Amino acid sequence: MARMLMKGNEALALAAIKAGCTHYFGYPITPQNEITEYLAHNMPKTGGVFLQAESELAAINMVFGASAAGARAMTSSSSPGIALMQEGISGLAAAELPCVIVNVQRGGPGIGGIQPSQADYYQMTRGGGNGDYSILALAPATVQESAAMIRDAFELADKYRTPVFIVSDGMLGQMMEPVEYDDAPAPLPSDKPWAVVGHGGKRKPNTIKTLALDPLVLEEMNLVRQEKYARIVASEVRYEEYRLDGAEIVLCAYGSTARIVKNTIDLLEQDGIKAGLIRPQTLWPFPYAPFENLPERCKKILSVEMSCGQMVDDVRLAVNGRLPVDFFGRTGGIIPAPKEIGARVKQLLGRV
Amino acid sequence: MTVVFSKTPGLTENETHYCPGCTHGTIHRLVAEVLVELDLLDDTIGCASVGCSILSYNYLNIDMVESAHGRAPAVATGVKRVHPDKPVFTYQGDGDLASIGTAEIVHAAHRGEKITAIFVNNAIYGMTGGQMAPTTLIGQKVTTAPEGRNKAHSGMPLRMSEMLAQVPGSAYIERVSVHNPKAIRRAKRAIKKAFTYQMEGRGFTMVELLSTCPTGWGLSPVESLKWLEENMIPYYPLKVFRSPEGK
Repeated sequence: MARMLMKGNEALALAAIKAGCTHYFGYPITPQNEITEYLAHNMPKTGGVFLQAESELAAINMVFGASAAGARAMTSSSSPGIALMQEGISGLAAAELPCVIVNVQRGGPGIGGIQPSQADYYQMTRGGGNGDYSILALAPATVQESAAMIRDAFELADKYRTPVFIVSDGMLGQMMEPVEYDDAPAPLPSDKPWAVVGHGGKRKPNTIKTLALDPLVLEEMNLVRQEKYARIVASEVRYEEYRLDGAEIVLCAYGSTARIVKNTIDLLEQDGIKAGLIRPQTLWPFPYAPFENLPERCKKILSVEMSCGQMVDDVRLAVNGRLPVDFFGRTGGIIPAPKEIGARVKQLLGRV
Repeated sequence: MTVVFSKTPGLTENETHYCPGCTHGTIHRLVAEVLVELDLLDDTIGCASVGCSILSYNYLNIDMVESAHGRAPAVATGVKRVHPDKPVFTYQGDGDLASIGTAEIVHAAHRGEKITAIFVNNAIYGMTGGQMAPTTLIGQKVTTAPEGRNKAHSGMPLRMSEMLAQVPGSAYIERVSVHNPKAIRRAKRAIKKAFTYQMEGRGFTMVELLSTCPTGWGLSPVESLKWLEENMIPYYPLKVFRSPEGK
């Protein structure tokens, strides 16, 4: 298929249809409305179902029902809307129902603003809903990668029977870039013998539930889920390394910010400073391994985020005290400029 | 030997956990019998809700999905949009449907969602130990209104059937009771109509069933039936509020 110029949000939406998503439920919120609107136009054309819910609470629970009934289901929202969905997300994780949830992050807390942000890192990786659970979180940095990751997200959701987050942001969602889709047909939906579709008089009734009043039973259920999370941690970590060879400082950034950091690294080279980047493509599970094989010359680590410092917690866990870890961020919807990131790097290396 | 009565295959062999005198068991049986009589049992998908009846999936012989508190109509919407030709229903108490889940039930009705809500109203929160519900009657003593519900403090009890009958997407709304055999027969007819209208694609359908909570009310099973008749029915009249036949 030819290259097309598309908005990040629209590219995501088209990719969902191509990935075999048949049911979308959503509620309007900026800056993700293009996903909802694109699917309102195009989902019915492919025989799928688009439904605008009365709230994010309803939307996530419609996803719950559709997934329980065996469909490839998806919703999308932005930060405060995702906060509202957390009850349902905890339930989806507990019921082990596959689905994809897109978060086009905006500034917070509270109603906050509508400009790009990465202040939902905790919300995306530390739960947000109640209980012991984890959600696979894929973080694209380009429109092309957004499209590719949606397809992967549906596959991973089915493979592990889990919700999967796509962690985008207002910049990635709103920007236009060329995107190319392969013509591979949508993957066939996997067999879902656990789904509630009516027993047909042929088997015992299926029940999808999360209630377990017996603590021993609940503990066992939690341990089974933890075993699944361990398999995800072992198999699904993704990251990109950029110009790590000989780097005296390694920056860590994801999503839109990682692109700015790449520019920063190229600019720093003109000043004779060798910097590299580790870009997590999965926020959970976090890529701890590359921080164990840092270049010999590396003296410092800098986490760069559009937040007041959230991912830096994971960077510190990954570095585990071997090197000093610093943080630079802009928040509230401000996009950091390469120059200001570069200035912090120079300051940290004493080369002001 | 002639068989004059047998348990409906719509129910499982499990013994229920409900308190003595609770009418959930009666209502489960009515739903099960209707699904068998309409030959819908094999295809039906039920949505259990939070409250005493969350475990209804242990007793109804159908595929069921549990829903978060109040969200059963949204979950049922998701299920129905995947299986538009299959019967889908919610089974919700008054705390679930009339309090935390008002938005979901109103908008399911608003969309004319082709589902059936089995709404069990016993004027109290049973599972959590007898707290005030939006449906608790004026003067009724509950753990969170120890002196009895007071209008000035908590408002008047919410009449959900009357409210949902105003929503254009509602096709069939009836309130029935299960306090005596005659009422139970009428309740079964209402449930049958609701599922029939659902399968005909008429729109949103709901049957509100006045029900007892002897434990929460602090009454014996027999006293509870009498209390329901004398106190609930005067405030919650038994009638068809909306019907495709215009009755």
